[in-house]
Amino acid sequence: MKESVFKIKENRRIAPLTFLMVLEGDCSGMDRPGQFVNIRIDGLFLRRPISVCDVRDDELTLIYKTVGKGTRAMSEMGSGEELSLLTGLGNGYDLTKSGDAPLLLGGGVGVPPLYLLARKLRQEGKEVSVVLGFNSAEEIFFEKEFKDLGCNVTVTTVDGSYGIRGFVTDGMPEHYSYFYTCGPEPMLKAVKKASATSGQFSFEERMGCGFGACMGCTCRTVTGYKRICKDGPVLEKEEILWED
Amino acid sequence: MGRLNTTLCGIELDSPIIPASGTFGYGYEYAELYDINVLGTFSFKGTTREPRFGNPTPRIAEAPSGMLNAVGLQNPGVDKVISEELPRLARVFGKPVMANVSGFSVDEYVETCAKLDSQKQVGWLEVNISCPNVHGGGMSFGTSADSAAEVTREVKKVTSKPVIMKLSPNVTDIVAIARACEEAGADGISLINTLMGMRLDIRRRRPILANRTGGLSGPAVFPIALRMVWDVYNAVSIPVIGMGGVSSAEDVIEMMLAGASAVEIGSANLTDPFICRDITEELPELMDSLGIVNIKDIIGGAHNG
Repeated sequence: MKESVFKIKENRRIAPLTFLMVLEGDCSGMDRPGQFVNIRIDGLFLRRPISVCDVRDDELTLIYKTVGKGTRAMSEMGSGEELSLLTGLGNGYDLTKSGDAPLLLGGGVGVPPLYLLARKLRQEGKEVSVVLGFNSAEEIFFEKEFKDLGCNVTVTTVDGSYGIRGFVTDGMPEHYSYFYTCGPEPMLKAVKKASATSGQFSFEERMGCGFGACMGCTCRTVTGYKRICKDGPVLEKEEILWED
Repeated sequence: MGRLNTTLCGIELDSPIIPASGTFGYGYEYAELYDINVLGTFSFKGTTREPRFGNPTPRIAEAPSGMLNAVGLQNPGVDKVISEELPRLARVFGKPVMANVSGFSVDEYVETCAKLDSQKQVGWLEVNISCPNVHGGGMSFGTSADSAAEVTREVKKVTSKPVIMKLSPNVTDIVAIARACEEAGADGISLINTLMGMRLDIRRRRPILANRTGGLSGPAVFPIALRMVWDVYNAVSIPVIGMGGVSSAEDVIEMMLAGASAVEIGSANLTDPFICRDITEELPELMDSLGIVNIKDIIGGAHNG
């Protein structure tokens, strides 16, 4: 973990309530897909955890949805403004288990962390399939970006206004070697049921510190208590205790 | 002797800065960030006789100038703390540590304290009779003078280490409880624990915290904490540790002027993990500007004015 100041290079709306922010700063130690940063926002006490969408050299890309005061304040910031970030937080996805043809399943704002993951897996020469789930056509983002990486991309919408009507589980291919997923909890549960292989799930929780000190985000797992912020946010399918 | 030296129940501290229990774990997360030996000591995660998962999540909520938590004393239990956490802690922290203890019965407090008493690394026992987030224990011992005195008296029988009673602000008269602890043999008082509070999710029309209520901490509570430290300092002759919303070197000076012999810093660690180190570094310059030579000279220094 590092604390450093980043400068906003770009901050624009890419879908309803969804923004893309590019920040410039010290991106060392944060190249593991599935990690997050914790952002200090003026006027708020707790930092806001946001998953990393992409990192290239000294450029960090975040995609976030405005769900409350913190993210709304972020959406109103402009280029040149500075933000204090704690970076390199969380365990991130384990790429070594992917096999040759991994499947990535993202729902809504669960999509962003899969981008860096897809890019790294493509760099390793894997055949990557991606299923992106949204509520409707207007909410879709990053379909082209995943295609540009050379991934096989399927889009699902709940209302059927684009791609396959239904949820990400309706767009799953028949064959894949392993899966990685991020999205709302009902989606994660559905993926768990529908999946044929082992895989990794990224979870969301309200956090105090984001670096393992306060026990604010602990969950029970097969292997004991885990802090979503430090021992997660990525957990493996076999260790998760699902509450019904 | 360093300018930041202070004495806490007969043990010398080379800094009055003490990270508060529950915000610093067993020190490891912070030891990855800086040398935590710059701290006077730290109060480790509240420990109970049995292992505890704590409350369901969400356990954390934002509040104006602060936060609510309802962690509920998650900890591995005293036996594991002794067999696993303390040896690991010894590798990153070389000074006596403050052991924070909680319980659900007088017997439980006593057993846990007796076990920790045998540990050389433990300098003080900070007995938490003020956790607002557990049911049937914690705060219920700290809201009456009689039960606070009983816990103090029984714990004192099984330890030779200084016993510091950590008090709740969720009471009508904190001074009466502090006095009862002193009369029962307490070696020090630390205050304040968090204030009971609540937030609602207005869209879902239900409490944000799974526990419904939580403890409020952060700058919002600083004036309340300061007033209570002031009152308790006036009423007892044992050392007082001030805490509650401290987040700057100025706050540390203010707490000590009100009567604190040392100062605990809690939720500020969560939003700025370097804050205890940074405040320690900033203090000498601030002291210069205020004409303070040694920090311990100002303890209770505002009471003469």
